[in-house]
Amino acid sequence: MKVSEKIIEGLLWLSAAITILVTVGIIWVLLSESISFFQEVSLVEFLTEKEWTPLFADKKFGIMPLVAGTLLTTFVAIAVALPIGLTIAVYLNEYAHARMKQVVKPLLEVLATIPTVVYGFFALTVVTPFLQQLIPNLAGFNALSAGIVMGIMIIPMISSLSEDAISAVPRSLREAAYGMGSTRLQTSFGVMVPAASSGIVVSVILAISRAVGETMIVAIAAGQQPRLTLNPLVPIETITTYIVQVSMGDVPQGSLEYKTIFAAGITLFVFTFALNNLSFWIKKKYQEKYD
Amino acid sequence: MSKKQNKLEALNLDAYYGDFHALKGINIAMEEKAVTAFIGPSGCGKSTFLRTFNRMNDYIDGFRVEGQILLDGKDIYQKEVRVDELRKEVGMVFQKPNPFPKSIFENVVYGLKIQGIKKKSVLEEAAEQSLRNAALWEEVKDKLDKSALALSGGQQQRLCIARALAISPSVLLMDEPASALDPISTAKIEELIYELKNDYTIVIVTHNMQQAGRVSDYTAFFYMGELVEFNKTKTMFTSPKDERTQNYITGRFG
Amino acid sequence: MTNSDINRLKDKAFQVFGVFCTFIGLVVLGIFLIDIIIEGVQRLNWDFLVNLPSRRASRAGILTAWVGTLWILVLTTIIAFPLGVAAGVYLEEYGKKNKMANFLEINIANLAGVPSIIYGLLGLEIFVRQMRLGGSLLAGALTLSLLILPIIIVTTREAIKAVPRSIRDGSFALGASKWQTVWHQVLPASFGGILTGIILALSRAVGEAAPLIVIGALAYVPFTPSTPLDEFTVLPIQIFNWTSRPQEAFLTNAAAAIIVLLVITFLLNGIAVYLRNKQQRKVRW
Repeated sequence: MKVSEKIIEGLLWLSAAITILVTVGIIWVLLSESISFFQEVSLVEFLTEKEWTPLFADKKFGIMPLVAGTLLTTFVAIAVALPIGLTIAVYLNEYAHARMKQVVKPLLEVLATIPTVVYGFFALTVVTPFLQQLIPNLAGFNALSAGIVMGIMIIPMISSLSEDAISAVPRSLREAAYGMGSTRLQTSFGVMVPAASSGIVVSVILAISRAVGETMIVAIAAGQQPRLTLNPLVPIETITTYIVQVSMGDVPQGSLEYKTIFAAGITLFVFTFALNNLSFWIKKKYQEKYD
Repeated sequence: MSKKQNKLEALNLDAYYGDFHALKGINIAMEEKAVTAFIGPSGCGKSTFLRTFNRMNDYIDGFRVEGQILLDGKDIYQKEVRVDELRKEVGMVFQKPNPFPKSIFENVVYGLKIQGIKKKSVLEEAAEQSLRNAALWEEVKDKLDKSALALSGGQQQRLCIARALAISPSVLLMDEPASALDPISTAKIEELIYELKNDYTIVIVTHNMQQAGRVSDYTAFFYMGELVEFNKTKTMFTSPKDERTQNYITGRFG
Repeated sequence: MTNSDINRLKDKAFQVFGVFCTFIGLVVLGIFLIDIIIEGVQRLNWDFLVNLPSRRASRAGILTAWVGTLWILVLTTIIAFPLGVAAGVYLEEYGKKNKMANFLEINIANLAGVPSIIYGLLGLEIFVRQMRLGGSLLAGALTLSLLILPIIIVTTREAIKAVPRSIRDGSFALGASKWQTVWHQVLPASFGGILTGIILALSRAVGEAAPLIVIGALAYVPFTPSTPLDEFTVLPIQIFNWTSRPQEAFLTNAAAAIIVLLVITFLLNGIAVYLRNKQQRKVRW
């Protein structure tokens, strides 16, 4: 092989290797700043303290309120996106004409391409005022609006991945169900959905991971008040919002407040990393089953 | 035949895909400027064997050979042999026509261009000559800048032959070159092979017994990775020595 | 009613519900776009596009924001395009199918799932602090490049995978080297798909606010950047900033800026869809 060929291959390899460097970089950055954070704040306090007030005079460093806020918005989002997304997947697969599927699928994808800051604006200026007419004691910033809008954004994620999973179910299975006189509904939920369940679970896990890491919608519409609550009607704060909040302000580099965003970041990273790998694991197991 | 006339030889050749023993102890010598046909049932190793002559198998993970392949008496699996140089000497035509998604002209001169030849007059001359040799010139001379994908299947295959001829190899490997074509196109390709053997050593893999009979001077019959019989085509088809050959050419299996 | 009638009724009911679900997202999207247009379009004039930011809503414009967005787009393309395509080519054409390849694949899938704000933290530490780039355009573009790298790599690989084996064989058989085959055959044949992926990735980058806020992009920049080392703002950050103000007039500004951002996003996506369709209509192998 010529030398130039070797050099080119080396450069290409380097580009691929950068992806590993990025992962190493993320873990290193999060770990190194967090470790120095945990030298000042004990891990026990971080995990058990019920208040998060690093920016106040009386500093408390309990991550729980931020985690609760994150889980609350995520839960609302999935509660919206899962039933709608799964229904769409079943409907497009079993009921809709092929033409309609061709038109609807890309249209739904548009939902996923809109910048999240735009969704945030929507949640704050349209959804919250609308919901306030129905629920009078709904606060101006709340987990409910943010979660609902996030759910709408995530619909195409669940619908298209689930739809792929359902279409991958062998034809023979569906025909067997119809052959025994099942209606489309019975075929769908009795046979197709269970057979595609691992693919659907993967889509939901990825959707959860996406919702957990979502930033701008919650930063705009859910508030900035860390609060250990399951009430979706009051302002809360998510992990991501806290990072944005600190980044917007003048927190001196190297201070404890500065390090808190990395401690919050590593918490978030652990969540999404676990969810993503869980989905890969399920996906791999599922592929082996069908091959 | 004298040793000098042997263009291609295999000596105790074994080939493996991982654990699978694909070719077993093959010994063969092929004469210069003659057509040799490889026949045998699917999976018998004939295509694998063909691809060892230009080392196309190098890209398959887990593939390895033992023994020697000689081109003009030199082992092509030696470390110092450069694969790109080897392939300029040993051209190949594939089972399905595989023109590049470029113009007809670009297809023919591709091999020259990657050698660094840029002079337009040289390329044009080579293109015309190769297309003439492949009996395609008259059909395409007015549309050299049109996409090669617009040609018919038979024309595409002749374009692929022209493309191989353009880098002036001395050996032409053909892997079932007519299996994807209609009878008329097939006839044209066979005619072409007959013409080409005046200048080239040709090795052709074919499934089609009649085709082997029509175009080749020598025939080699492969079965389960072994070379069962190798002889003049006429002799082989009229009085095969091995029972398996007999069964195969009379259509009892395969 | 017989059992079978009930089943048929349930089936019909679900069909109606299916139509409802399929269109509710689209209807909400429609309401939202109309709402934005009604609120923002009155504010959308030439002055709005060429004015600098201001504390007075009626005088504020988005010049610095869209110029910053354009800068970020160009710089991110310059950085992420060659890197992503090169990595994709390596993984698809050169990498052996072994443990290492498997690891790289999982790693890239993982990176694609890392929240964008985490990339912000990475950029803050590495580009802003260690490389001392500050909250500059370059730091922002580098951060976003890493963010969209997985998307580009994955789409590049898919586009390359679609090029049939026979094209590579044909090239190799003519004595072409691996790189010559990639450069003269594989990349041109897959270019449409690669381009589509890159544009989709850019449309993602153009809407990102969180990672840029974390690396210190400012909400208020009174000048347009002229070099990659200048501080900057982008449209999403400007929108975020205006949305966070209590005064109604700033919300109107935000709506107008959203129109501009959506036009850019939809334009990029439209180009990508057009390219993809054109690609699919090309002669099949």
